[in-house]
Amino acid sequence: MNASVISEVIAGVFILIGTLFILFSSFGIIRLPDVYTRSHAATKSTTLGVLCTLLGAFLYFWITDGYISIRLLLGIFFVFLTAPVAGHLICRAAYVTNVEIVRDTAKQRPKAEREH
Amino acid sequence: MFDILLLICLCLIAVSILACIYRIIKGTSMPDRVIALDTIGINLIAAIAIFSVLLHTRAFFEVILLIGILSFVGTIAFARFIERGVVIERKRDQ
Repeated sequence: MNASVISEVIAGVFILIGTLFILFSSFGIIRLPDVYTRSHAATKSTTLGVLCTLLGAFLYFWITDGYISIRLLLGIFFVFLTAPVAGHLICRAAYVTNVEIVRDTAKQRPKAEREH
Repeated sequence: MFDILLLICLCLIAVSILACIYRIIKGTSMPDRVIALDTIGINLIAAIAIFSVLLHTRAFFEVILLIGILSFVGTIAFARFIERGVVIERKRDQ
C-alpha cells in the first residue's frame, strides 16, 4: 500500500463517519417534538460530524501532500468553540419568549422562572 | 472508488440540508428556524471540506473559516433580536 491508498482509506473513514452523524442529526431535526430537543440534536451531533469531516480532510492533505493546513485546524477549533454557544443562546431566547415545551418536561421548569 | 464515496457523502449532506429546509418552512416557532439555518451553515462547512478533498485543491479553506464566522455572527444576532427586540442596544446615558 502506498501513501495515497492509506490516505484515501483514513480520510474516507473519517468523512463517512462525519456524514452519517450529520444525517442522523437531520433526522433528529425533523422528528423531535419541541425546540429544545431539536437544538439538542442539531447542536451536538452536527458539531461532531463536522469535526470528523474536517479532520478527515486535514489528514488527507497531510498524508498526500505533507501539507499541514492551519486554516483547517482553525476551522475545527472555531466550530467546536462556537456551535454550543449559538445553541445555548437560541435556547435561552426560546425560553425567554415562552416557546412551548413538550408536555413531559414542562413539570420541571428552571429556577429562573420563579424569580421573575 | 474514493471519488464515488465522496460523492455519496455530498449527496447525504444535501439530504440533511433538505431536512433543515423542511424545518425552516414548517417550523412551529422562530427559534426553530434559526436553529435550522445555523445547522445549514455548519453542513455547508462539511460540504466544502468534502468538495475540496474531491477536487484536491487547497483554495477553499478560507471559505470554511468565513462560513463558520458568518454563521455564528448571524445566529447570535438573531438570538439577541428574538430575546430583546433589538440587535444593538443604545448607550444607557443617552
